[in-house]
Amino acid sequence: MTGVVTSTERLQRLLALVPYVVSRKVVGLAETAAAFGVSERALVDDLNLLWCVELRAPDPYCPIDLSYEGGEIVVSQAESMGRPLRLAVDEASALLVALRMLAELPGPEDRSATSRLIAKLEAAAGEAASASAQVAVQVDLHGDGTEGLAAQVRAAIAAGRRVHLRYYVPGRDEATERDVDPMRLLVVEGRPYLEGWCLRAEGMRLFRLDRVLTLTVLDQAAAPPPEAMPVDVDQGLFRPSPGDVHVELELSAQGRWVAEDYPCESVTDLPDGRLRVVLRTPDTGWVRRLALRLGEDGRVISPPGLVAEIRDAATAALANYVELPAVRHRPLA
Amino acid sequence: MSKRKTERLLGLVVCLLSTRRYLTADQIRQAVPGYPEQDDLFKRMFERDKEDLRDLGVPLETGLNHPFDDDLGYRVRQQAYELPELRLEADEAAVLGLAARVWQRAELAGAAAGALLKLRAAGMEAGDERPAPQDIEPRLGTPEPAFGPLWEAVRDRRPVTFSHRAAGRSEPQRRELEPWGVVNRHGRWYVAGWDRGREDTRVFRLSRIVGAVKFCGPPGSVTVPDGADVRELVRDWDSAPAREHTAVLRVRSGAGVGLRRHAVSVSPDEAGPPGWDLVTTRFANVGSFADYAAWFGPDAVVLDPPDLREAVIARLKGVLA
Repeated sequence: MTGVVTSTERLQRLLALVPYVVSRKVVGLAETAAAFGVSERALVDDLNLLWCVELRAPDPYCPIDLSYEGGEIVVSQAESMGRPLRLAVDEASALLVALRMLAELPGPEDRSATSRLIAKLEAAAGEAASASAQVAVQVDLHGDGTEGLAAQVRAAIAAGRRVHLRYYVPGRDEATERDVDPMRLLVVEGRPYLEGWCLRAEGMRLFRLDRVLTLTVLDQAAAPPPEAMPVDVDQGLFRPSPGDVHVELELSAQGRWVAEDYPCESVTDLPDGRLRVVLRTPDTGWVRRLALRLGEDGRVISPPGLVAEIRDAATAALANYVELPAVRHRPLA
Repeated sequence: MSKRKTERLLGLVVCLLSTRRYLTADQIRQAVPGYPEQDDLFKRMFERDKEDLRDLGVPLETGLNHPFDDDLGYRVRQQAYELPELRLEADEAAVLGLAARVWQRAELAGAAAGALLKLRAAGMEAGDERPAPQDIEPRLGTPEPAFGPLWEAVRDRRPVTFSHRAAGRSEPQRRELEPWGVVNRHGRWYVAGWDRGREDTRVFRLSRIVGAVKFCGPPGSVTVPDGADVRELVRDWDSAPAREHTAVLRVRSGAGVGLRRHAVSVSPDEAGPPGWDLVTTRFANVGSFADYAAWFGPDAVVLDPPDLREAVIARLKGVLA
């Protein structure tokens, strides 16, 4: 837990703490502190506070009795607090929405654990579970054979096999060939990625499954080197690096989608719904293509070298239209 | 954080849980230490405390012990309070750990952590969820500030108003919506519901909501019609149109991988200059396919149909304008 803990947040912890100990009969201070994400000192404060609770009427009494001598917590009297509070609507929803999403992901294992858990949580949460039906997550695994690829990736990981990829890089308009030791299937922002050790790049790489042209599971065993560590997805998939180029772009109202679809370092509103954005990228090739695609709806302001490159590309492309006149070809299909 | 307040709230919960009879506010004041002597101060503090407990999900009941009683009483029924018995198998606990991580750093992350804490408190071992399947790691983000208030509105069935900038519009428009649900599709969050101004169902992308989302009605005042399927609404709104048209392009040999990938046919262009292939492909609408063709710059030339060709030329001229 971070930041200032409110009284109600602490109350939540206290209400969970008693049953946590009760259900385990005896439990260590250090272990409990770790489970609740607090310091041992804060935990001792909590225990003292629980022990001090007192009701004065009709007769004064202390409903909770506990001790933590020798680093072992025992609750000898818990009154009516021996069980945790029911799941709140937000809590039940957070888990159920996530579980229903997991149930949709393709994989080699059977999904019965997920379905059983969903049923148990729904039963335990009761009414609190109903709001979760109003939140749905649909992962983009359908169409373009991505679903089959995801299953293939998980099977390769389970079997510990190396895979060969033909992988499309739109920014360079290239189909690349590479051997990869697959490590995880990430599903981030609704998009599936293969994460693995790329033998060609000699580094960890992420491959968007919708850009995989072909995937072959090889007979060879995957052997990622010890330094192959999965990325911490919670820090974001796209990390700025010192060598990045800053690209400044001005977008019309029609070009605003760029700010939604690409991670921007800064976004500034301009009059008439226009935007100024700054992108960071190690490779400006895709920005050149993006500028061609945007036409008058997007203009690269800097760096100057890229501005010139874009003008040259547009000029060359237009020249093609002069040199290769529209011969009326009959469509084949 | 106030320690005294925590103590008082804890005392209040224990007091209400341990009574079978309804306790009046006065009886509660007698039993729970920490309430002030003055009536008006007590009243205000007690009101806030009840609000706090309800926010935590403590099922506070009000009622009378006897029909002729004057003052309303309060209690918490143990059965309504307690998390029901829940035994998880090892494989279920593993999936639970995976599910709790899905929201990491997103809007519902705190709620997921709170749920996990309660399940651990019910006896599930903290270590149980560790051996989760390591080969898959799903994550959901909620970078849109509108997610929090819209989720609350959906949960509490409250109407909302917000400004929304439709794609390509320069000015945002004010909307009043009875939200039926939030849906994440292809990684993007949408809200679907009844647009009071348009008197019709509508879907809005959260990233296009400008400024704050405000509640404009009390909890419980929105009714989601039977059979309303928010997933279906968003799917219809977002679905890709059929590729009904055919384009013919000249594509430089060895380039235009993306164009060739979904082509109907690729053949050397025998009639044209050397070094080019003829690529025939299907597309849905001129605007978005022209965008795509322009991406390939000098490596692709649209030959047919003429309106597509003109659209690409217009984009390229736009770059130079």
